[in-house]
Amino acid sequence: MSLELDCRAMLCPMPVIELGRHLADVEVGELLAVVTHDVAAAVDVPAWCRMKGQEYVGTDVADDGAPRHVVRRLG
Amino acid sequence: MTGSVPAQGDLDSASAAPLHPAAREVLLAALDRGYADPRRLHRPGREARLLLDNAREATADALGVRADEVTFTPSGTHATHLGLLGLVRGARRGDVVVHSAVEHSAVRHAVEWGARGEEVPVDAVGRVDPAEVRARAERPEVGVVALQSANHEVGTVQPVGRVDLPPDVPLFTDACASMGRLALPSGWAAAAGSAHKWGGPAGVGVLLVRTRARWRNPFPGDDRVDERSTGFENIPAVLAAAAALQAVVAEREEVNARHHGLVDVVRRRVAAEVPDVEVVGDPVRRLPHLVTFSCLYVDGEALVTELDRRGFGIASGSACTASTLTPSHVLEAMGVLTHGNVRLSLQRDATRADVDAFCDVLPEIVAEIRSRVGL
Repeated sequence: MSLELDCRAMLCPMPVIELGRHLADVEVGELLAVVTHDVAAAVDVPAWCRMKGQEYVGTDVADDGAPRHVVRRLG
Repeated sequence: MTGSVPAQGDLDSASAAPLHPAAREVLLAALDRGYADPRRLHRPGREARLLLDNAREATADALGVRADEVTFTPSGTHATHLGLLGLVRGARRGDVVVHSAVEHSAVRHAVEWGARGEEVPVDAVGRVDPAEVRARAERPEVGVVALQSANHEVGTVQPVGRVDLPPDVPLFTDACASMGRLALPSGWAAAAGSAHKWGGPAGVGVLLVRTRARWRNPFPGDDRVDERSTGFENIPAVLAAAAALQAVVAEREEVNARHHGLVDVVRRRVAAEVPDVEVVGDPVRRLPHLVTFSCLYVDGEALVTELDRRGFGIASGSACTASTLTPSHVLEAMGVLTHGNVRLSLQRDATRADVDAFCDVLPEIVAEIRSRVGL
């Protein structure tokens, strides 16, 4: 994981906004993740990947059990 | 009393339409004539009974069903609860209701309350596969299948008439989003509609139960003219709803063609003029008057508020606009963006100028909201 964004306290649409802001912080081919309790992110992160041509890798959990949505930068 | 003039910018007919002009006079006249108890044999009672029977016949005629298949309820939600749970109560098999993942919350709540549910997933435009519905309905514990006529949030028409069910599994159709605008699909044993969505008064639902359907009242009964209804009928409202329904059916060819074209304009202009937007739902096989899209990086509540400031009333399925703070289960089931969501639905008299005015202001509003977060 190249970058993990702590969006635990954020509500929709802030986690996806953070993702958009920080995509360029990782190299092409690298992973970045959004950690958030916002339930909309489970749908909106994959949708964001589809709209922005990035790869949705999947959802796992962070160390504290919070959902972590993982994305690979493709371009 | 003067005729109502809805705000030009009211683009939320799927939530509620103003009273249809054809219903207004009927309602006013019926307020004086239809106040009495239709079960009573005295003259005012007979007068009320006549109006109630007229409303039932007019509704049946407009929908292409038998008059004795029509029951008036106090809401579309109640008609949905009665229709679905009545089929569950009469079911020959189990108490599982197979339903699409995009049913209205009235269906979901009814299932939660009085049955067990099994969801059928939908594709990216929000439509179920009839073969998948059939496959799930084969299970012996399945008593009823519920499938909406068209989706209330994204407009996609469901293949209700093409769902081939086992002979002892009845189909319930929530037709609230389409009743009046589109002909009823075929194949249902019970169906529900809601008058305020077609220009009738609020507080009138329509429950349809086929003559041969195994339907049993799931709630306490009553001693009314119609054995499926409970409580004192609101006869003026019911008659006005029937008048509006007749008028809507009579004019739907013209209105639907105009609405379909106007929604095409919105779909095209929004996709072309707003960056990072997803226009969802079936572009062709859909409700004529409704379109939904989602704007990336936009707070749905801010969008509703900014559009309202400029005179446009729209609905949103975004989490931040919901009391539950959860996103629309319809958008979720389709796997489309849930934030920055707009559902636009045209009122009856909408014009090209109305939708152009909306499309003209939208890009600037979206850009302004995005700029607040530096995007």
